[in-house]
Amino acid sequence: MSETPHGAAGAGNELLSLDAAELARRVHAREVSSVEVTRAHLERIEAVDGPADGSGGDGVHAFLHVDAEGALAAAEAADRAIADGGPVSPLAGVPIAVKDNLTTTDMPTTCASRILEGWRPPYDATVVARLRAAGLVLLGKTNLDEFAMGSSTENSAFGTSRNPWDLTRIPGGSGGGSSAAVTAGEAPLALGSDTGGSIRQPGAVTGTVGVKPTYGTVSRFGLVAFSSSLDQVGPCARSVLDAALLHEVIGGHDRNDQTSVDGPLPPVVEAALAGGRGDLAGVRVGVVAELSGEGFQPGVMAAFTDAVRVLGELGADVVEVSCPSFSYALPAYYLIAPSEASSNLARFDAMRYGLRVGDDGSTPSDEVMSLTREVGFGAEVKRRIMIGTHALSAGSYDALYGKAQKARTLIVRDFTAAFETCDVLVSPTTPTTAFAIGERVDDPLAMYLADLCTIPSNLAGNAALSVPCGTSADDGLPVGLQVMAPALADDRAYRVAAAYETAHASAADARPRIPELRALEGSR
Amino acid sequence: MSDITRDDVAHLARLARLAVTDEELDTFSRQIDAIVDTVSAVGDIPDDVPPTAQVVPQTNVLRPDATEPSLPRDAALAGAPAAEEGRFRVPRILGEEL
Repeated sequence: MSETPHGAAGAGNELLSLDAAELARRVHAREVSSVEVTRAHLERIEAVDGPADGSGGDGVHAFLHVDAEGALAAAEAADRAIADGGPVSPLAGVPIAVKDNLTTTDMPTTCASRILEGWRPPYDATVVARLRAAGLVLLGKTNLDEFAMGSSTENSAFGTSRNPWDLTRIPGGSGGGSSAAVTAGEAPLALGSDTGGSIRQPGAVTGTVGVKPTYGTVSRFGLVAFSSSLDQVGPCARSVLDAALLHEVIGGHDRNDQTSVDGPLPPVVEAALAGGRGDLAGVRVGVVAELSGEGFQPGVMAAFTDAVRVLGELGADVVEVSCPSFSYALPAYYLIAPSEASSNLARFDAMRYGLRVGDDGSTPSDEVMSLTREVGFGAEVKRRIMIGTHALSAGSYDALYGKAQKARTLIVRDFTAAFETCDVLVSPTTPTTAFAIGERVDDPLAMYLADLCTIPSNLAGNAALSVPCGTSADDGLPVGLQVMAPALADDRAYRVAAAYETAHASAADARPRIPELRALEGSR
Repeated sequence: MSDITRDDVAHLARLARLAVTDEELDTFSRQIDAIVDTVSAVGDIPDDVPPTAQVVPQTNVLRPDATEPSLPRDAALAGAPAAEEGRFRVPRILGEEL
């Protein structure tokens, strides 16, 4: 059926570019089997991803592990359940990729770190168990910056993922493997985790949808902890409705997560469907003045300004709002996240799981720990552990960690005030489009700026998402529109994003649904 | 600058159980100094602002005090670097110079 350079694994294979919702419809109507859909995605991975360890490959390198056998078995089970005629969940039979900091009993979980290389967790993360129970097909585990610390996947111990629109550029981070997989047509859906923007920033720079749900509304049981007061699991997709469908599969209370909110999930699918009808009459949209200006790429600002104009045309009341304390967000984040990380990563002590180095029978445990952590952790993880250790030490606690917590209060107050006059807030998701691989790797502070617009919502625990808003005229690369909503009002962000997406779909965006990508020599 | 010295970083590395190399001490001290300098911007915030530690409005989440099955011992030990007689085998912990 395809006339592309690599047949069924080419971008011309419709199964690879369809929305998850439409794939599910066809699978449930038995127009195509889940096995066929799954096989098409496995072949696509084979053709474009390159070797899973990232060694010398020039592919997308979205995956650290692919479980073809397990995926096909799950697809067969989904097909059987559908053939039996019983009720199946809305995404049953649809393939999905999972970020490799979520535990899976049947696949390794490495967090892209040498310290966990080859580790097989003894239990599934709650979100993974929910995917399985809902009949989704797990294709494999996706690459990330080590322990989700980074904005480019360049901090992965197992090679950098590449942006499928331009393989010389980063796919964002930390969840660049998930965004790259969804962008490249290797998976219609993926899971990510967002501590300071790790779902939304990769979504923005790859032209896909990424959602950080309200803190506490999606279980983190089985998410390897990075910064516990900020971490949130969420969906990656190619459409707002797909993200909402996945959100409802993974969301909701979990007694195994003590921070889990025990209440109903916001009606995100309903909101995405309502938004898709394109009416935003009476919706108050606030443009955050502080999330623009110096350091923002002109092409990003132009695409964002045009998106705001579209929201106005859809009936939204657009106003400018000021959140002056957002200037503290980046400093506060890079104190709080490393502080919590220095504590969370103390569990990697070479005693109970993972790597152990230097245990020759006479070296004391303390030294074994130090040697193991030196070899097992990469530079960014070490930097953050030491910054956190510094911020929490007796002499610096009040001036650094304590003040960062006060900054958090001011940021929460800014949001509260803004949401008194606005239903949602908007900004560009990132100040720039995808930067070149290697460009910021020696300058941690430049790398941190990629999270400038996404961090405030993590500090406040609010809901926020990124939806594609065209390309930058500077470089032709994707730009993301960030929509922020109050805690437990995720549905507002979905409604606005879906309305924008519908209006924008008819506008001129000449890109294909997924990039062609040339087939690699040899196979993984 | 924030005055994070090479010796400070060596001290932090010891506290964090990281056996960093001399070369790393040079790089890390320069980078951490610049980062701490930037994040010290929070110092401008008045002391009378209350802190926010977390954003979920709930405290003391408890479950009923009832016995439930837990992770089987074999599963818990399956990923251990070394195990012996149903326990984690660890390097020498006594007689160390602290």
